[in-house]
Amino acid sequence: MAPYESDDSTSAGEVDDLRSGRRKAARYVVPVAVVGVAAATIGLVPALANSGDPSLPKITAQQLIEKIAKSDVQELSGTVKVSTDLGLPNLGGLESGLLSGAAKGRDGSSADPASKLTELASGTHTLRVAADGQDRQKVSLIESAAEYSLIHNGKDVWGYDSKSNEVYHGTADESGRKQHRNEVPATPKDFAEQALKAADDTTSVTVDGTAQIAGRDAYRLVLKPKHASGTTVGVISIAVDARTGMPLKFTLTPAGGGAAVVDAGFTQVSFAKPAASTFDFTPPKGAKVTEEKDKADKRGERSHEMAPSQKDLGKSGAPKVIGKGWNSIAVIDSGAKGGIPSSSGKGDLSGFIGSLGDHVSGKFGKGTVFSTRLINALITDDGKVYVGAVTKDALVKAADAGR
Amino acid sequence: MSRAESLAVRAPSPLWTFGLLRSELVTTFRRWRTLALLGVLAAVPVLVGVAVRIETRGGAPSGRGGEGGPAFIAQITNNGLFLVFTALAATLPFFLPMAVGVIAGDAIAGEANSGTLRYLLVAPAGRTRLLLTKYVTTIAFCLVATLVVAVSALAVGALLFPLGDLTTISGTQITFADGLGRALLIALVVAASLTGLAALGLFVSTVTNSGIAAMATTVGLLITVQILDQIPQLHAIQPYLFSHYWLSFADLMREPVYWDDLVKNLELQALYAAVFGSAAWARFSAKDITA
Repeated sequence: MAPYESDDSTSAGEVDDLRSGRRKAARYVVPVAVVGVAAATIGLVPALANSGDPSLPKITAQQLIEKIAKSDVQELSGTVKVSTDLGLPNLGGLESGLLSGAAKGRDGSSADPASKLTELASGTHTLRVAADGQDRQKVSLIESAAEYSLIHNGKDVWGYDSKSNEVYHGTADESGRKQHRNEVPATPKDFAEQALKAADDTTSVTVDGTAQIAGRDAYRLVLKPKHASGTTVGVISIAVDARTGMPLKFTLTPAGGGAAVVDAGFTQVSFAKPAASTFDFTPPKGAKVTEEKDKADKRGERSHEMAPSQKDLGKSGAPKVIGKGWNSIAVIDSGAKGGIPSSSGKGDLSGFIGSLGDHVSGKFGKGTVFSTRLINALITDDGKVYVGAVTKDALVKAADAGR
Repeated sequence: MSRAESLAVRAPSPLWTFGLLRSELVTTFRRWRTLALLGVLAAVPVLVGVAVRIETRGGAPSGRGGEGGPAFIAQITNNGLFLVFTALAATLPFFLPMAVGVIAGDAIAGEANSGTLRYLLVAPAGRTRLLLTKYVTTIAFCLVATLVVAVSALAVGALLFPLGDLTTISGTQITFADGLGRALLIALVVAASLTGLAALGLFVSTVTNSGIAAMATTVGLLITVQILDQIPQLHAIQPYLFSHYWLSFADLMREPVYWDDLVKNLELQALYAAVFGSAAWARFSAKDITA
């Protein structure tokens, strides 16, 4: 705030004009200095905060992977920032409207986890996670003045959308529990598990120095596909907490270069036991509660492969996987002749979707390729869907071979 | 004013500042203009409350009420306390800052316009002290205006809707007393969100001698900034616009509270207050007072 001692200038008449003019100008140094200090603070503080990577004892890639596998973090709470940039065509609200509309069509509640998770497919989101053992977990998607929470407490699974005041209720049995956790591949740990599952002899795994993530010392594990010809995956980098072995940050860079496709990392993490009240949930008065219906046949289609299940609007059978390692391609027979329209448009929407893809043809016949920066999908006119983190050519080749 | 004047015969004492502040506060809050602004602000929650009440009277709450409208509006029918949050969310983008812009813009320029600024400076208050007093008065108005909205909303909410324990937006339950505490905290945060604009308005007010021009400029700047904040291509500068984190007050309704944006908001307001407060001081303390 402005200092007091400069009050004397009210008697400006006493000093000559030149001096007073200079003094007038000199006063503006104060606001300019404040702006300068603020700009310097904004510029310098992050740079100072990231001062140097921590020095940790050397570790081999194998040891680090074992460390992740052994990691048994039961209690934690933290904030995760997830940025996904799949390079989907930018349609503004229309795109998310289509996606969530498709998901909502299944059982019509905005609190259904499936309809909410499609939102994670693009943009930057902040999640809060809390866990206390196997039976109690909570994931909240922070929205502007609203929040979507998925709470697992004992045998209940609650989804609560505060914006529309809607509640989704399901139950978790022994077998369902694991699947419910898989439904939310949002934390760095989930991403890392998926990536390490895919890492076999087609992958080169190295430890590339250390990093500081959310105030904790971490090793950086780097996964690279060895045969980079077919896949769109460039480099996967996982920061692993040096003490607990928990993945703290996951970054996937596409082979094509540019910004990371997926970047999920803790911005704040604590391994203390979260308050028990965190996992308590009773539906608020007047909230619309949707019970999970015939969950057995829903689970299967929801648990994996969000991308194809959106594209075929849930009509699919179980996917078959061809290929190996990073070049693997999931094949889904949607059974619908005509598939999604490359030629025969059914109404405006299908024609519109068809126009987003590239039309290709080969020995397999004709089809449409939908591409993102990571995942490409080929939908043939006879209703087969080929999806994978592979190039367009690899998809066409796979379709030809499958003929 | 009389007590203050008798003290002011000798060198200004610290008490003189409070005398000046008191007379400023009384003058500001007794203006018809100020009372009318507060009246309009108090009417907003009544309007929202009655509208929601009429809409949901026929039975079940309108199914998808949460898709549009201000934040928290879907929960009002179940708990009247949410009307406080909804009313603040509805007035914060425009009504509240507009009222603050009018008061802040009028602070110095209004005195200059009506020819009373000279007489204020004849008393040995000093320009810096007068400016500080004006700023504190404006901030007091921010607080009063926010509380008027909150109290009116609470009254309407209690009259039209049930009260009781409430569910935070994270899905956890808190008691009604805890909810009231949070409502008060939210009102304070909303008032603090306006301090940056108050400093900006005060600076504009020192630049011109026309009260109307200062008010119009301040409100114009407010609208400009709100529009800039909506344009996606300008995302690089948006975190530095004073209105960018305004709606972060809703983060107080999370459990645990999500502090990141709240802290950013308060830091940003402090920065605006420092920059434009010192700019107003630089301008006002060296200004030729002709009116």
